[in-house]
Amino acid sequence: MEIPYTVEARPDTGLSNGKLGVWLFLGSEVMLFAALFSSYILLRVGSEHWPHGSEELSVPLAFFNTVVLISSSVTMVMAWASLKMNDFSKFRLHLGLTILLACTFLVVKFFEYEHHLVAGEGPWHNTYYAIYFTMTGLHGLHIVGGVIVNSYLWGPGAKMWQREKERFTNRIEIAGLYWHFVDLVWIFLFPVLYLL
Amino acid sequence: MAHAGHDDIQSHVKTYYMVFGTLMVLTCITVGVSYLHLSIPLAVTVALIVATIKGSLVALYFMHLIDEKKVIYWVLALTVVFFVFMMSVPFFTNSDKIPGTAVGTVW
Repeated sequence: MEIPYTVEARPDTGLSNGKLGVWLFLGSEVMLFAALFSSYILLRVGSEHWPHGSEELSVPLAFFNTVVLISSSVTMVMAWASLKMNDFSKFRLHLGLTILLACTFLVVKFFEYEHHLVAGEGPWHNTYYAIYFTMTGLHGLHIVGGVIVNSYLWGPGAKMWQREKERFTNRIEIAGLYWHFVDLVWIFLFPVLYLL
Repeated sequence: MAHAGHDDIQSHVKTYYMVFGTLMVLTCITVGVSYLHLSIPLAVTVALIVATIKGSLVALYFMHLIDEKKVIYWVLALTVVFFVFMMSVPFFTNSDKIPGTAVGTVW
């Protein structure tokens, strides 16, 4: 049985089912992170003392990670653009770079976490570290999820390009939408946790 | 965007690199401003304005929201309503006064 509306747009929405589905999913993701940002505000205004992010965390490392994640967003959109221009080898290069940049982000985050945990500054240390680990941990899990999906699309999933080019391009667009959302969340996490 | 042609895509590629450059500049501004040691309300305002501009660029150009179908705008409009409510919850607590206790203030 063929799955309907994977390539052609549904007449009522004007979109493929996958694209509408991922936007609905991203809507729920916005609410997930909104709950955490809301909790952050509540904890911060409710505490007598709140440390300045730059005194507790490494701003240069976070700045580096911000550059890495923004670069990965560009390579992700370029992977999609390469497929639209029928250039599969460039797609492979760009998606490969996206995965590499995502892994770089995770490695930097690992060393950041390790530094704080060794210093006894885990989530149990105080409210600031509790919300820091919760928000960046959840964001990190999203990065891991993106790496798994992108790795599949770079490797075994790429076989689809041989037989269903447009459907595969749509898959990359959808994976890209998720990836850009993860980047977007970090754009807000960075100043909120590290600079304020 | 899903049915964009080869030439359209090539012009989009230029836009992607321009947006990338702008995002880098704005990231530097965000970090630079943090070293000015502004008062907390001003620092929060500046940081959130810059982050909102960066987020909008990502959403508009990388996520192609600048040229999307109406149904997606409606989905996002509904999300914004719930998002605003969620972010307002901490401020409601400010008016949740318990007799005989000190009333805190936001910021």
